[in-house]
Amino acid sequence: MENTYYNPADLKKFGNITELQPEMGRKFFDYYGEVFKEGALTEREKALIALAVSHAVQCPYCIDSYTSDCLEKGADENQMMEAVHVAAAIKGGAALVHGVQMMNKIKDLTM
Amino acid sequence: MPIPVKSLKAQQHQFANPAYQLEVLQHAGTEEGDFPHFGAKLQEHQLYPLQPTGTTILQVNVGKMCNQTCRHCHVDAGPDRKEIMTRATMQLCLDALAKSPQLTTVDLTGGAPEMNPDFRWFVEQLSGMGRQVIVRCNLTIILANPKYHDLPEFFKKHQVQVVSSLPYFSASRTDAQRGDGVFEKSIKALQMLNVVGYGQEGGGLELNLVYNPSGAFLPASQRSLEAEFKRRLLGAYGVVFNSLFCITNLPISRYLDYLIESGNYSSYMEKLVTAFNPEAAANVMCRNTISVGWDGALYDCDFNQMLELKVQPGTPQHIRDFDLGQLDQREIVLNQHCYGCTAGAGSSCGGSTT
Repeated sequence: MENTYYNPADLKKFGNITELQPEMGRKFFDYYGEVFKEGALTEREKALIALAVSHAVQCPYCIDSYTSDCLEKGADENQMMEAVHVAAAIKGGAALVHGVQMMNKIKDLTM
Repeated sequence: MPIPVKSLKAQQHQFANPAYQLEVLQHAGTEEGDFPHFGAKLQEHQLYPLQPTGTTILQVNVGKMCNQTCRHCHVDAGPDRKEIMTRATMQLCLDALAKSPQLTTVDLTGGAPEMNPDFRWFVEQLSGMGRQVIVRCNLTIILANPKYHDLPEFFKKHQVQVVSSLPYFSASRTDAQRGDGVFEKSIKALQMLNVVGYGQEGGGLELNLVYNPSGAFLPASQRSLEAEFKRRLLGAYGVVFNSLFCITNLPISRYLDYLIESGNYSSYMEKLVTAFNPEAAANVMCRNTISVGWDGALYDCDFNQMLELKVQPGTPQHIRDFDLGQLDQREIVLNQHCYGCTAGAGSSCGGSTT
């Protein structure tokens, strides 16, 4: 084991996960590749969504990958930061909306 | 990082030396070892030795002088570069063209080709011979001095195809690569070209833009980015153009210096090697282009020219000895920078190759 949990060099070894479970791994990567192909959404739009989700799930490998990918797909810095704000808004909103649950409980417990 | 105003040559920088650049390229690699030689990679795909498929384009570098010092420039061009093609060498190019009707297109590049004092004379002669002339215009030259303000009219008169770099549709990304204020001036120049009729669909005056990444990453899909550029430039500035050419930055000269300085060299080379595409390799531009240096020397492409890798020994080395029959039999000179033209969708002076 490394002394840190994350090593940037591990990113390019992602494909090695198929070594311990080839069939599931292969199916996952086939699916992954299919998802990011241009469809109803452009490749650039999908890269921006992936960048936002990467921040929401706070995955450093994904942030590394999709920052590069967004640049390579022609997204600009403003679009990328707006995507991160979308993630932040949803994450923040998801925390705050539970404030309603808290308020309901306060109402239950107080006179 | 601010853009230096001096060329690497004027700074006496080690990357001004082609032999040193080739030495660095030879030892590109990762912890797992050096990358395979480009020739060996072609051999794996039955493409070695690489030979011309029939040369139709003469690309002439009329000099290294430029009004800009772009961070990625493979020519190391700038205001301090004095290497300029003479009218006598241009005449040798015209003589070569006269005996080679297969060369239907002449692609003029630099530096800023318009800064060569015989540029207009050369274009007039080429146009008189009925050849399609392409000028790689950096746009800002049109505004650099009143004597250049009529270039759009001049280009129009000779039906010149204008190809211009605009690395992005925003000022920050463009200026980071090409210098402060370049984006604003480029837009103004594009508007001047549009006014005389350039870039209008079906209008016959072709204006093509070149996108190359402002950093250590590969270019986007040409089709997708072209649509985005058209939407953004029309919406924000009323600018129209015909096609967008996506070009990969090759790891030589100033861009090589940038890669090393920014710590991106190995990962960028790895990206290029990993993205090797045999289809792109089969369509590289050196198979239909010959490049002429400011002093008349012959090269397989403008990148080999800057690395001082002349065409194969035993074939004509100078434009005065031009013989297309012999040159079309040559083996193209390869090195590790060639991975830049074969990555992903491929890259050439006309954009993607697949």
